Amino acid sequence: MRYFFTLMLLLVPILGVWTFVEADRWQLWFPQNVSSFGAEIDGLFDLIMYMVGFTFIVTEVALAWFVFKYSANRPGKGAFTHGSHKLEMIWTAIPAVALLFIAFAQMETWAKVKFESNFPKEGKYTKERPIAELWASQFDWRVRYPGDDGVIGTVDDLERSYEFVVPVNTDVVFHLRSRDVIHSFFVPEFRLKQDVLPGHTIPVWFRAEKEGIYDLVCAELCGWGHYKMSGRMTVVSQADFDKRMADIKAEWFSNGKEQGQ
Amino acid sequence: MSQATTHAANSPHLEPGEGEAGTVREHHDHHELGFLRKWIFSVDHKVIGMQFLFSGLVFLALGGLMAMAIRYQLAWPWRPMPGLAWMFPATGGAISPEFYTMLFTMHGTIMIFFVMIPLLTGAFGNFLIPLMIGAPDMAFPRLNMFGYWAMVPAFFFILLGFFVEGGHAAGGWTSYPPLSTIEAAAPGSLTGQTCWLLGLTWVGVSSMMGAVNYVTTIVKMRAPGLTMMRLPLTIWSLMITSLLQLFALPVLTAASILQLLDRTLNTGFFTPTNLQVNNITPDSFLYGADSVGAAAGGQPLLWQHLFWFYSHPAVYILVLPAMGFTSDILAVHARKSVFGYKPMVYSLCAIAGLGFIVWGHHMFTSGMNPALGMTFMVSTVMIALPSAIKVFNWLGTLWGGRIHLRTPMLFACAFVSMFIIGGLSGIWMAATPVDIYIHDTYIVVAHFHYVVFAGSLFAIFAAVYHWFPKMFGRVMNETVGKIHFVGSFIFTNMTFYMMHQVGVAGLMRRTADPYAYDVYQHLQPINEFITISAFCMFAWQIFFVVNFFHSMFWGKRVGRNPWNAASLEWDAPSPPGHGNFDRPLEVYRGAYEFNSPEVAEDFIPQTRKL
Ligand code: HEM
Ligand SMILES: [Cu+2]
Ligand SMILES: [Cu+2]
Repeated sequence: MRYFFTLMLLLVPILGVWTFVEADRWQLWFPQNVSSFGAEIDGLFDLIMYMVGFTFIVTEVALAWFVFKYSANRPGKGAFTHGSHKLEMIWTAIPAVALLFIAFAQMETWAKVKFESNFPKEGKYTKERPIAELWASQFDWRVRYPGDDGVIGTVDDLERSYEFVVPVNTDVVFHLRSRDVIHSFFVPEFRLKQDVLPGHTIPVWFRAEKEGIYDLVCAELCGWGHYKMSGRMTVVSQADFDKRMADIKAEWFSNGKEQGQ
Repeated sequence: MSQATTHAANSPHLEPGEGEAGTVREHHDHHELGFLRKWIFSVDHKVIGMQFLFSGLVFLALGGLMAMAIRYQLAWPWRPMPGLAWMFPATGGAISPEFYTMLFTMHGTIMIFFVMIPLLTGAFGNFLIPLMIGAPDMAFPRLNMFGYWAMVPAFFFILLGFFVEGGHAAGGWTSYPPLSTIEAAAPGSLTGQTCWLLGLTWVGVSSMMGAVNYVTTIVKMRAPGLTMMRLPLTIWSLMITSLLQLFALPVLTAASILQLLDRTLNTGFFTPTNLQVNNITPDSFLYGADSVGAAAGGQPLLWQHLFWFYSHPAVYILVLPAMGFTSDILAVHARKSVFGYKPMVYSLCAIAGLGFIVWGHHMFTSGMNPALGMTFMVSTVMIALPSAIKVFNWLGTLWGGRIHLRTPMLFACAFVSMFIIGGLSGIWMAATPVDIYIHDTYIVVAHFHYVVFAGSLFAIFAAVYHWFPKMFGRVMNETVGKIHFVGSFIFTNMTFYMMHQVGVAGLMRRTADPYAYDVYQHLQPINEFITISAFCMFAWQIFFVVNFFHSMFWGKRVGRNPWNAASLEWDAPSPPGHGNFDRPLEVYRGAYEFNSPEVAEDFIPQTRKL
């Protein structure tokens, strides 16, 4: 019995680590990363994974080992002790340092992605002059580009639903807005998620480094149709981007604006 | 002191079963009570504990069934559930998207507010506190009875919601407005959400009455000689939990009432101006001078702050008692004193204290100021420290012991093993940049099921097996118990472990059909695996149900102290009568005196004078 239960407890770290090692091969791992800060986020994930993985293995193996070794059929009474001050100090201090290290290691990346003071200021798109407004509502996404004047909220604005086209290798800033409930902008390949709050305009930035078409996912429960609130994030070269904008403009004005607003 | 010495004089150490009959410490009527007085309108803490236990287990089965339906949908979206066409005639037995949102909302709500909190604090808190501190009953027995009665309207409203138009609440157990406040936003926001809010408010009333009672009882009614630092860790954990309830619950109650007002009187605490839902302008905007937004101007984030200000401490309410049970059960079955008793107490306090300043970690991507997120990250990461200290001390407790692998011990060891996983995955999510990606994915689902299900629920199983003899005077069957353990342990891990990887792959929670997205299509087979494991795990609980009821009536009878434990509850008869103890108690030491060289046996009961 003792062997059996020890084995069961040991299987936790063994299979636990094994599934993490194999996960990539089973395609149960991060989707590719295409944003400029995504690699840093993945790196921090890995850093924490190695640190907690070490703790996981040590503690789980110790548990299984003690269950095996200190079984009731050992002769005599067990140890008579109520603890050890020295050990307590050690296993308080070391994790404390490790945890503080983990916390401080996050700050730079977090500030880079989310602090408005760190948003791109030099490029074409800034917090004040975003590439577009992305409107969320039950259950779709609508993009509103500023048109030729570069200002959103004027008559030459262009609207398009479902697809958000952005140029590659460019710092892109856009505004998130909701018409009804809370939604969340999530593009797994960008490692970027931001809730969309009704009543607020939330600026977001990213820089996509690879052309392609990515799923835009709504990540906050927004009603019965939440599961199908998908959009498309299309990253194209600058030349293609200009062409696409021209197309969107032509389409928008030929259709009349009745589909807008 | 003089009282103490007289007690000491006439309480020689008695072997189990040797005590004199009759109540010594308090006067209690001993005439026979009728069925109603005894089982329904009882003021006896043990009976009230049973009431919480049984209703909690019934809701556990209900919440479990809902989980099975959720898993079915995730493995085979939109496929009719075999044999359930009569229940869902409109869809031929398939789960509709509306129904799916309601399912996970009510699964979470029921499991947290109607299963875990009532089982941990209601059932075990009630049953154990007076027994483990040597008191004849709670400080306020009548208040205690009202504590369970307050659950009756809670049961009523939470069940009523299933039958109202539009179905039950469907805004997640977190009920974020405006989804939950605007009727047009979700069918569950018609009337179901109101039932949800009323149900929760009544649970709050019940918890509040319980918490006042527990704290008072622990502070005022300990047996002579039982200082705070001699209390079993179960009692410490229940006391800290009660303090958490006392400080955090008023905030949830206030928030629920505000949401109720938003819903019924069109106030706009949480509803911003100028919304358009389903092309309808919600009626709260139709009042006032310019007819738009007069009553709105609210803040959806306000709800999130208030909700998590309660609900983060609440997740500790869901685990601290489990930690207490585990500490006691490990010590008794390993025949070893709890390692580092004081650090264990301090770390409980630290978790509770820090627990009040980490709520923002549920809101990293909510639009809250990111600078605030940074500070919440630091406090959250630090809360892992007291948790780690507890794990090390549990390992220290096992070290050098003489471990009897009985069922309660197996479940307690499993708690340690599973809590390690859940605690460690918390660190990923506390790391703000990483949480940008993993927030609202299945990693979060894996994390909290490892702490609450594989952790706390396993600790509840451990506690049931461990204290069953005290409750019913009989032990549960060991063989069946072990079978129950093995299957539960294996299938639980098969169910929840791979959710980590699925979460890393980006799969979101709360999606009825994840495969509507290209990025998630390849995850269907693994979800099928998880679902089948979950079914097995659910079915396996039949061993527990059968063992529980069978042992209740036909289990092997045992005496006062079948496990040779040292704490006070084992001094009372099994099961204890009204008034609990049949002899005066005097406490001379802590609850974990094992292997002392001063005596021949490997333990010294707290009441034994050397
Ligand atoms: C070791 C310390 C812990 C840390 C650092 C931690 C951290 C976190 C974080 C950061 C989140 C939010 C994740 C997100 O939504 O992105 C979270 C969610 C959660 N945690 Fe923990 N946690 C810890 C322990 C616990 C414990 C002990 C419990 C319960 C017994 C618990 C229950 C939950 C629950 C239920 C959620 C999900 C809430 C929801 O969104 O529905 N956690 N945890
Ligand atoms: Cu959504
Ligand atoms: Cu939390």
